[in-house]
Amino acid sequence: MRRISILVAGAAAIALTLGGCGGSDDKTTESTDAGTTAAAEDTAAAEETTESTDTGALVAGASGKLDIFTWWTAGSEALGLEELQKVLAAKYPDIEFVNGGTAAGQGGSGKEVLQTRMDAGDEPDTFQAHAGKEMQDYINADQLTDVGYLYDQFGLRNVFPEDLITMLTQDGKIYSIPSNVHRANVIWASVPVLEAAGLDATNAYYASIDDFIAALEQVKTNAPDYIPLAIGTTWCQVHLLETVLIAELGADGYNGLFDGTTDWGGAEVLSALGKFETIMSYANDDHNDMEWEPPITMIINGEAAFSIMGDWAPAAFDAAGSVAGSDYLYAPSPGTEGIFDFLADAYGVVNGAPNPTAAEAWLDVISSREGQIGFNKVKGSIPARTDIDLAAEGFSEYQISASEDFGSNAIVGSIQHGCAVTIAQGNAINLAVSKFVSGASDLETFQSELVDAMK
Amino acid sequence: MRKLRRYGPPLALIAPSVFLIGVFVYGLIIASFQTSMTDAHTSAQFTGVQETHFVGLQNYIDILKTDNFQHSLRNLLLYTVVFLSGTMFFGFLWAFLLDKRARAEGFIRSVYLFPMAVSSIAAGVVWKWLLNANTGARASGLNRLFQLIGLDFLQNKWWSNYNWGIAAIAIPAIWQMSGYVMALFLAGFRGIPNELREAARVDGANEWQLYRHVIFPQLSPVALSAIIIIGHMSLKGFDLIVAIAKPASYETRVPAIDMYQFQTEGNYANASTVGIILLLVVLVLIVPYLVHTARAEKNR
Repeated sequence: MRRISILVAGAAAIALTLGGCGGSDDKTTESTDAGTTAAAEDTAAAEETTESTDTGALVAGASGKLDIFTWWTAGSEALGLEELQKVLAAKYPDIEFVNGGTAAGQGGSGKEVLQTRMDAGDEPDTFQAHAGKEMQDYINADQLTDVGYLYDQFGLRNVFPEDLITMLTQDGKIYSIPSNVHRANVIWASVPVLEAAGLDATNAYYASIDDFIAALEQVKTNAPDYIPLAIGTTWCQVHLLETVLIAELGADGYNGLFDGTTDWGGAEVLSALGKFETIMSYANDDHNDMEWEPPITMIINGEAAFSIMGDWAPAAFDAAGSVAGSDYLYAPSPGTEGIFDFLADAYGVVNGAPNPTAAEAWLDVISSREGQIGFNKVKGSIPARTDIDLAAEGFSEYQISASEDFGSNAIVGSIQHGCAVTIAQGNAINLAVSKFVSGASDLETFQSELVDAMK
Repeated sequence: MRKLRRYGPPLALIAPSVFLIGVFVYGLIIASFQTSMTDAHTSAQFTGVQETHFVGLQNYIDILKTDNFQHSLRNLLLYTVVFLSGTMFFGFLWAFLLDKRARAEGFIRSVYLFPMAVSSIAAGVVWKWLLNANTGARASGLNRLFQLIGLDFLQNKWWSNYNWGIAAIAIPAIWQMSGYVMALFLAGFRGIPNELREAARVDGANEWQLYRHVIFPQLSPVALSAIIIIGHMSLKGFDLIVAIAKPASYETRVPAIDMYQFQTEGNYANASTVGIILLLVVLVLIVPYLVHTARAEKNR
């Protein structure tokens, strides 16, 4: 009997140890940014063009350590960060760059590490976040300072689009400066599948959601071997939902969802949600098993007709050698021409930063011409500045067209990517969408859960 | 003075661990309980920029009332039942077969124990692929396997089912932990003296009667330990679920994931409320066991 209990106790000890470990790995990396596929050839090109347009240091007397928290640790993002470091070294040779970020990944645990540091009084000087409401928690907690004066000092008010400045301003204050801009409302289509379905294989833009649904139906009937819509897990579905809302409500109606002038519980939203449901009925069965990249791979491999995803997708197309125009098409997502669904990475100055001047210098670096060109060319995003001639600087064709739209379109903020909603609202919206797509709630419940989510 | 000499050294030896456990386990439980009774739903309140107020048990009422949390609790129950019965069944079966002095027992034992050595995250990544929801022409993983062996009707969407999805996550959990339960039971079988078996045989018991009346009754303490260990692992289940599904996935929500999600939004009050609820659920399982053990030791 004694032997048994020793064995059992030993086994129990093993179990407890096992129960206690694991879990540190971050599996929630909901990458909202460019993929892991680095465009290495762009790096070489980028180096050639960091020329003598140097505007010099705009922050006087910046020196010492710059403690920065970023999750740009891999792929094209890491290469972009290197470009920024070069600009920093050129402009502010006295600043020592200390990356306090985490390799644990984007989203999830990176934010937790940051939160722990902030709450423990071990603040970095500056940290990465999505521009917009995602920063609201930090602002409410008095952890960020107003950097509106830097917009004046760096002359950014004239070179950033007016819509962008308006969107980032709250009660006359701005808390962050964007380093790069991505567009969320883009549709990607496979040319061979469009041809097989008898659809226009030269233009993937559909003027309305209804037209788009008709096209999906045509793929289903004419080309039953192909998936009409390739989509990934919950966050990709929320991403899709926001593009449907933009198309159905228009830019003003959609913006109204966040300032209270459009009713989440209204008939217009209900009708848009119904269309979202219809669109999802054309999606692949294994959407829950995928991030954003596998659906794009389905476009590349000619297995699916359409996918709606942000413009970090070109990295995947490029890596596969897929060519825009002949292999795949891109266009604004259905019904959203003239609207730019915006998201951005941004940095602010932490309240109580050990070296706020260094943080200011960093904001100068990321918003400067050289910084925005160097970083965005490598990362595949577009500069927030509109005074850069992308063609002359050797940006890609997609980047040039997206940048033109950014300068001229109405700009609205992304839900999924932290611009228009807080983290808590985003979590609640994600759960409601997951529940609805799984079939556990009907349209009315879905809508009422969205109303609750936005409270 | 003599008392000090007698009790001093043991007390001094035990003091650091008592202190550490007191602060880092019980102290933090108390802190969580305190937080759960406030309205600290934003990080601004947590850092003290905005005021927090005492709200009593309001958070518990609010959370328990929501459909989504009830769904999480239901998922937790389902997961525990499937995980527990699966591991107990396979663990016992394997131990029973190995007890028959199978050839190459050591090898087989290692094979069954091996999945336990794989980290939950690594196992999750593999099982995520095996549990792919595609059926028909695009099927992969287990659904493809079913097609290959002609069991097409078994194809299903696995965890992408809001009623039973969580049970699909229990499959890899069973795969991981059955070998461990087997080891427990095998130790139990081996702990039974051969004389008892011989005596039963001499008395004319057949093989079934031998197991039914002599062996099984002696295994009940082992079975109880196995249930407690697997049960509490199941209640704390998080890593495997997150490795296969997403924190946002409604289908596989359990309280541990709710807690995590609340924490990411800076909603520390709700996060600790869920934590305390989980603790209470675990206590329901553990306390009777502790009482039982204490009694057994007294009687010894």
